Amino acid sequence: MSTADTDLDKACHQPGADSMPAQQESHQSDDGIHQELLIDGASCGSCVAKIESALKRVPGVASAEMNFAQRSVSVFGGADASELIKAIEDAGYSAKVSTAESADDALAEKEAADLTYYRRLMREMTMALLLGVPLMIYSIVGGEMTVTTNTERVVWLLVGVLTLAVMVFSGKHFYIGAWQSLKNHSANMDTLIALGTGTAWLYSMVVVLVPYLLPEMARHVYFEATAMIIGLINLGLALELKARGRTSEAIKRLIGLQPKMARVIRDDKELDVAIDEVVLNDVVRVRPGEKIPVDGEVVEGHSAIDESMLTGEPMPVEKSEGDEVVAGTINKSGSVLFKATRVGKDTALAQIINMVKRAQNSKPPIGRLADVISAYFVPVVMITAVVSALVWLNFGPEPTVAFAIVSATTVLIIACPCALGLATPMSVMVGIGKAAEAGVLIRNGEALQTASKITAMVLDKTGTITLGAPKVTDILVADGQDENTVLQLAATLEAGSEHPLAMAIVESAKERGLDAGKASNFNAITGHGVQADVQGKTLLFGNEKLMQKHGVELGGFVAKAQALAAEAKTPMYFAVDNQLATIIAVADPIKDDSIAAIKRLQSNGIRVIMLTGDNRDTAKAVADKVGVKEFFAEVQPDDKSKKVQALQMEGEVVGMTGDGINDAPALAIADVGFAIGTGTDVAIESADITLMRGSLHGLADAIAISKATLSNIKQNLFGAFIYNAAGVPLAAGVLYPFFGVLLSPVIAGAAMAFSSLTVVTNANRLRLFKAKEH
Amino acid sequence: MLFVNLAGVALIVLIVWWFWLYKPQEKVVSENDTVVTVESGTYTPSRLQVAAGRPITLAFLRRDPSPCSEVLLIPGLEISETLPLNKRKSIKLPALPAGEYEFHCQMQMYQGKITVS
Repeated sequence: MSTADTDLDKACHQPGADSMPAQQESHQSDDGIHQELLIDGASCGSCVAKIESALKRVPGVASAEMNFAQRSVSVFGGADASELIKAIEDAGYSAKVSTAESADDALAEKEAADLTYYRRLMREMTMALLLGVPLMIYSIVGGEMTVTTNTERVVWLLVGVLTLAVMVFSGKHFYIGAWQSLKNHSANMDTLIALGTGTAWLYSMVVVLVPYLLPEMARHVYFEATAMIIGLINLGLALELKARGRTSEAIKRLIGLQPKMARVIRDDKELDVAIDEVVLNDVVRVRPGEKIPVDGEVVEGHSAIDESMLTGEPMPVEKSEGDEVVAGTINKSGSVLFKATRVGKDTALAQIINMVKRAQNSKPPIGRLADVISAYFVPVVMITAVVSALVWLNFGPEPTVAFAIVSATTVLIIACPCALGLATPMSVMVGIGKAAEAGVLIRNGEALQTASKITAMVLDKTGTITLGAPKVTDILVADGQDENTVLQLAATLEAGSEHPLAMAIVESAKERGLDAGKASNFNAITGHGVQADVQGKTLLFGNEKLMQKHGVELGGFVAKAQALAAEAKTPMYFAVDNQLATIIAVADPIKDDSIAAIKRLQSNGIRVIMLTGDNRDTAKAVADKVGVKEFFAEVQPDDKSKKVQALQMEGEVVGMTGDGINDAPALAIADVGFAIGTGTDVAIESADITLMRGSLHGLADAIAISKATLSNIKQNLFGAFIYNAAGVPLAAGVLYPFFGVLLSPVIAGAAMAFSSLTVVTNANRLRLFKAKEH
Repeated sequence: MLFVNLAGVALIVLIVWWFWLYKPQEKVVSENDTVVTVESGTYTPSRLQVAAGRPITLAFLRRDPSPCSEVLLIPGLEISETLPLNKRKSIKLPALPAGEYEFHCQMQMYQGKITVS
């Protein structure tokens, strides 16, 4: 029976023994909401049917399917989690909503495990060096490391036994790992270390026990090499572990945003509950200064919420009834009640953490060559060691055996597959984490790599360069008219319309606290505007043609309207009883920092192109204003992808930036698709890179971080390749015929141990990266 | 010396055969109960055989504290998961067409293969 079988059997007979975290995959499907619960107390297969049927009896449950091995049950339907838990409890078991393992707990466990492992490595390193260092010093100061007399044999035998003790205490993980790998027909770093140190020790023991088998010159012992190599490599691993911990600081910060407790209101009572006990539709209270525990919709209260930790946007966002709040953000001012709409692994924060973790583990194409080499590396090094030994035995000077052993051992020890294997993932880990800190979510390593090569950036106008929400920009009143009065009348007239421009006017009146009245005889005149009666007055709102049709005198306002149009605004005339009252101009304002961000892209040598469905005049006005020289107007959504393709045909590496919905085809076809998130409402799966805040600076930041990361990967790969390409021949003794130099296995051990550390440390340099100030 | 040289060549042949040419037996995975243990630098079992067109869940149990064993990658399926220490982690595989899917750690030192047939 395999270990795995044993584990499963044990789990089957121990109620609740297996509390393996199941992935909570709560999502909408044809059958309604999918919820996953963890079951405790199910000890045998027959429990499955009992639990499933109990759940199926709960109103709203479409289906329930239990995974006995995982002690989890998937439930589809519209039932509340609390009802499901009650049904399971009534059936004689206990259950809780699976939030998988909270990221916080997982992190704490990982850190505890890493600390234990670090201490073990340091302990093992100390023991090995306690023997290795004195021996090393002895050999350096001229002590004989040879066996010529019986006394020396006894002393070295004692040392050999002590070295064996070090190998068992400090190096057993290398030998067990090597043996397990060998049985598995695979080879890894352990194989090389075990073979290298094992060869040195065995040879030395042969010298000690049966010296007469070897020529006198070859009776040299290498116990110090064995002990030193084990000590140094353990030290290297311990330091690497510490350095690795720093590479995941970004994800730690994200995980740290998640509060542990929430205050929910159940049965009119406020209860403090653990975060994983909050279920959908719970009403949650958040007081000023507290973090939002789960995603939800405000049902009572008003507050400013600081979302900067997720979006990078420094200004708090006002939230009131009906607005969404997001887990991990901070309630700055008022007390709010909100209804939980996404809990556990479904919150935006949990998804972001999940996505960043996945992306950090993915590899850009640049790492593929290293992967191919890694797959063949160890056996090739083993063969090199054998060839090296044969060459020394056949052509080397006396003592050939000793030279052969030293060269083979050194080749095995100096080769470092780890440096090669770590080169790419460590940089990706830090780079993607760094990007997440700046509100840039990079989906995978490939997107990271391609983003560093972008030569052309296509920007959608509405919602990308502009805010995407038309607003009243100008109100030019005629003599004798009051601005607020005419705006209130205009809002009354437009209140019944759903046209975006009309909505902008109603919104503008609302912002000024002006209530829209009631209009009668409302008449929409296609292509011209609207007409209605309000408080006995006839109101007209529309374009120049509408005014001319009703004989409204426009005078100098025509020129003013033209000037507004040239500024990418849409001017509309408003007349009361056939007298011009005002011109109201509506425009989709350009985001505050679009101009600076576009300039930043252009100064990095990136060709910026704007696409819009708007008319040419408006497009030109916007393009001129933001400094974009190339633009395409009146582009239908379907044609956007053709424009991207055309640029690709010109040889450009194209980034496409859009809102992630209408621009989906163009985002998909571009080399890198950037989705602009509005606040935290991010479609993180829809694009290669998601900018969690609306600012276009995110584009320049993403490209800068990608370039820095790729450059870091290249440094690491170059270093690792050069290290191995130079180190292995050096260890084999290529310099010996010319300079009489042969590398010591101890030096090789030190070099090997610190080569990985160098790679991780270089990757950590990326943490200091700062996108150019803007 | 001839004997030594022949032994050396034999050793090289053995390395090539053992690590590259030998086809180890695959463990047939038919139910959602297979646990792959990650320990001492290896996955056990490291070679799995699953039926084509059927989704299956594998559990990975990491007992190796080395950070190298922490990440499991199945590049062909775009799966990358962090394995907690001493806890099982379920990996759901979708229904797959026939083919070979390698899985390994970040540095490719721990290696395994899923054969779908």
